[in-house]
Amino acid sequence: MADSAVQTYSRADFSSDQSVRWCPGCGDYAILAQTQKVFPELGIKKENFVFISGIGCSSRFPYYMNTYGFHTIHGRATAIASGVKLANPNLSVWVVTGDGDGLSIGGNHTIHLMRRNLDINVMLFNNRIYGLTKGQYSPTSERGKITKSSPMGSLDCPFNPLTLVLGAGATFVARTIDRETKHMQEMITRSYGHKGTSFLETYQNCNIFNNGAYTSLTDKGTKADSVLWLEDGKPMVFGSEKNKGIRLDGNKPIIVEIGDKWGLDDVLVHDESDYVIASLLSNLTYQSDFPDPIGVLYAIESVTYEDLMMAQINEAIKKSDKKSVQDILNSGDTWIVE
Amino acid sequence: MSKTTLQVDEVVIRFAGDSGDGMQLTGTRFTEATAIVGNDLSTLPDYPAEIRAPAGSVAGVSAFQIKFSSKDIHTPGDKPDVLVAMNPAALKVHQKELAPGGTIICNANAFSSKNLKLAGYDSNPLEDNSLEDYYTVYSVEMGKMVSLACKDMGLPAKTVDRSKNFFALGLLFWIYDRPMKPTKDWLGIKFGKRPELVESNIRALDAGYNYGETTEIFMTRYTIDKASLPAGTYRNVVGNYAISLGLAAAAEKSKLNLFYGGYPITPASDILHTLSAWKHLGIKTFQAEDEIAGMGSVIGAAFAGDLGITATSGPGIALKSEAMGLAVIAELPMVIVNVQRGGPSTGLPTKTEQSDLFQAMYGRNGEAPIPIIAPGTPGDCFFAAYEACRIAVKYMTPVIVLTDGYLANGSEPWQVPELDDLIPFDVKFADKSDLLDGQFMAYLRDKDTLARPWAIPGTEALEHRIGGLEKEDVTGNVSYDPENHHYMVETRAKKVESITQEFDPTEIYGDKSGDVLILSWGGIMGSCRAAAESLQKDRQKVSHVHLRWVNPLPKDLGEILMGFKHVLIPEINFGQLIQIIRAEYLVDAKGLNQVRGKPISSSDIEKTVKELIG
Repeated sequence: MADSAVQTYSRADFSSDQSVRWCPGCGDYAILAQTQKVFPELGIKKENFVFISGIGCSSRFPYYMNTYGFHTIHGRATAIASGVKLANPNLSVWVVTGDGDGLSIGGNHTIHLMRRNLDINVMLFNNRIYGLTKGQYSPTSERGKITKSSPMGSLDCPFNPLTLVLGAGATFVARTIDRETKHMQEMITRSYGHKGTSFLETYQNCNIFNNGAYTSLTDKGTKADSVLWLEDGKPMVFGSEKNKGIRLDGNKPIIVEIGDKWGLDDVLVHDESDYVIASLLSNLTYQSDFPDPIGVLYAIESVTYEDLMMAQINEAIKKSDKKSVQDILNSGDTWIVE
Repeated sequence: MSKTTLQVDEVVIRFAGDSGDGMQLTGTRFTEATAIVGNDLSTLPDYPAEIRAPAGSVAGVSAFQIKFSSKDIHTPGDKPDVLVAMNPAALKVHQKELAPGGTIICNANAFSSKNLKLAGYDSNPLEDNSLEDYYTVYSVEMGKMVSLACKDMGLPAKTVDRSKNFFALGLLFWIYDRPMKPTKDWLGIKFGKRPELVESNIRALDAGYNYGETTEIFMTRYTIDKASLPAGTYRNVVGNYAISLGLAAAAEKSKLNLFYGGYPITPASDILHTLSAWKHLGIKTFQAEDEIAGMGSVIGAAFAGDLGITATSGPGIALKSEAMGLAVIAELPMVIVNVQRGGPSTGLPTKTEQSDLFQAMYGRNGEAPIPIIAPGTPGDCFFAAYEACRIAVKYMTPVIVLTDGYLANGSEPWQVPELDDLIPFDVKFADKSDLLDGQFMAYLRDKDTLARPWAIPGTEALEHRIGGLEKEDVTGNVSYDPENHHYMVETRAKKVESITQEFDPTEIYGDKSGDVLILSWGGIMGSCRAAAESLQKDRQKVSHVHLRWVNPLPKDLGEILMGFKHVLIPEINFGQLIQIIRAEYLVDAKGLNQVRGKPISSSDIEKTVKELIG
């Protein structure tokens, strides 16, 4: 929905005058920088962007973007963003949330946004910890995690965010990593381009309370074996030599070595429009033997809530002869007192 | 023997039966016919919370009371003159409230041994002469007569039996000389696709009417003159419908889009239903996943420039409260309707109460004042809703409308307003002309209203950030400065206080001084006015003041209170307004507090006033 006659923006146009107050070394800086870098390219007027956030470290994001922004209350950003979008469907609405905000206190609103498919872009920064409240386990923390509130290890089984939103009916599901700036830019651009709710999870390092949560995905030595880069229509291969692939053994994904026994043709080919593949991929997360899928897991076209709503309203307007509240007031059983 | 016609001033009828007997519908049809005749009227539906309690049980009794009169009336009446009881349970529950010497009309066919046992009767009260000494009892075989009337239609017996409420209605139409045609027309529309049901119900209605006319059982008909109401077009209106109309009128007058975000809850859901059916007015309704999301969506819509509305009841407000605090600090306009019901917790979902005033006043963390308007009658719900929207936008604040189950479902004849007569309501969104040295100041206030500008996303050059953290005065940037916080808390309170400049001088019903001032708020207004009228007729020095805005309180109230020896505050709670009044004005006000799920009767108020006078 690019606007016509949009002036050329630079990254500076999207930086607000507020000093950024995340901890030095926080992964959030990278996400802010990539967002500010991508936005001038989207061809939309600056005043049509709205950032809505809840509570948490990630939720300070809107203050640093020189767009319209609303830093709201814990967990409710998606609900508030829904109101913004329904009031004015022409706006480009972005939700910034975290694993605590979006999956714990706000989990209910997150899933319902997914099934409604409003054209809202959700950026969930997943650092697998509560940062703002100084280090308690979050809904994505691994079981057994030692934190201030779980001195003997947390008892909760973690949420898998992408499996959750796929189950809730999301139409665009993707994941990136804070250290992968180019890839993140691409994912932000893809999120924007998707008409309907987009859900982009960013693996984000909290260097204070959960440092190294994604080391295996970012360290040079382990990265190639730990990350499965997804590309639509391409075989799912990984490893420093690109010699490992994901293959289906019946319904079960297995890792195969490409060489004598298995060729590239034997490896599963990614199809962004295939829900079964998306589910299978999302469930590789937390399976220690498998690489973590990064990229667009799922993307399908589906009608948006706001389009359906406006269609109903327009149809009702067309069909009704009651154009004013006065017409309703005067209709039905009335009588005249003289 | 010829039948006589008696002229009376007013009558109170209560229709009572099993939940499945269609008593609300019967009451509503009687009300519509009565409205058309031109009587003044007031109604009180009273139905159980259970979707369907066991048939014939006391828990499943549903009732509808209507008072109609040739005079201006304010309440649905304290004690019914006539009780229509469709089964033993209905008789059991409601007989004790019948006026002495009142009339009971029963459906004799429902007084089976099973139903009598369910209602807790040892013997049949229609046969053991236990009622005759106190009441005039008509035992009518309604079920049997309806089945006779529909005998040749070939309908299942169960279907025919469901028409017996129309027999009762027809009989009452004859006794009180009401027109049948509106109900017959209505049946035609209601069951348009089932002509056999239109026919069976009309036969039942006619059978009831003819039963009154031809049998020698009912020898007296009653007529009630038209009430002398101001000239104009009238309709009957229930509170929840009036609220919906008022909100829609506000949207139309302000040229704002109405966005309603809410979650179903008794007794507020009818507002959601009504607005959902008005898509042709461009109204957007959003049934959210929960109360919190409903409130959140309204805040978002308000931020983006819509007229944001939500409606709920006390438990829903409890869930919305954190978000309401956000609305306070973000200073965005929206209207939150609380149709109060019995509490705490799930409480009495279908019964009325006024126990959420403290919740509305203080139910948020921090200093978070919200203006509160409380309509006094079903028709006033329209004007209160309109006023709430106007004030919300003018002062950039959330506004609470406090109604209650009694107002929401109760009805009265209502002079149809003209939108042109309503106070104009113009909205100006901020634009480039509001920039100060090229900067947009999100919290630069209007001198008179202390309202901040409404700058909506999509407006060029006004990009800004707001949020739940304390704001710096003028710029709206995040500020933790202690002096600024103190100033902002004070300013938000002052802004709410400044709404008093919109108020007309407080109207005193009666003299400016005297022995007792009855002070009321909300749906109890009618009982208080009726009590004051009656006491004044008795030459008692009693006046009545009704508060429409509960927060802020009118500036002249303190002086008014000083004019009376006693101040009596009847409330359907355990004393909430009274605490505010005592704290604010240091007057030794007395309370009359009942929480029985129904309005406090005017006779109880009169009695208390007399005790105060001594």
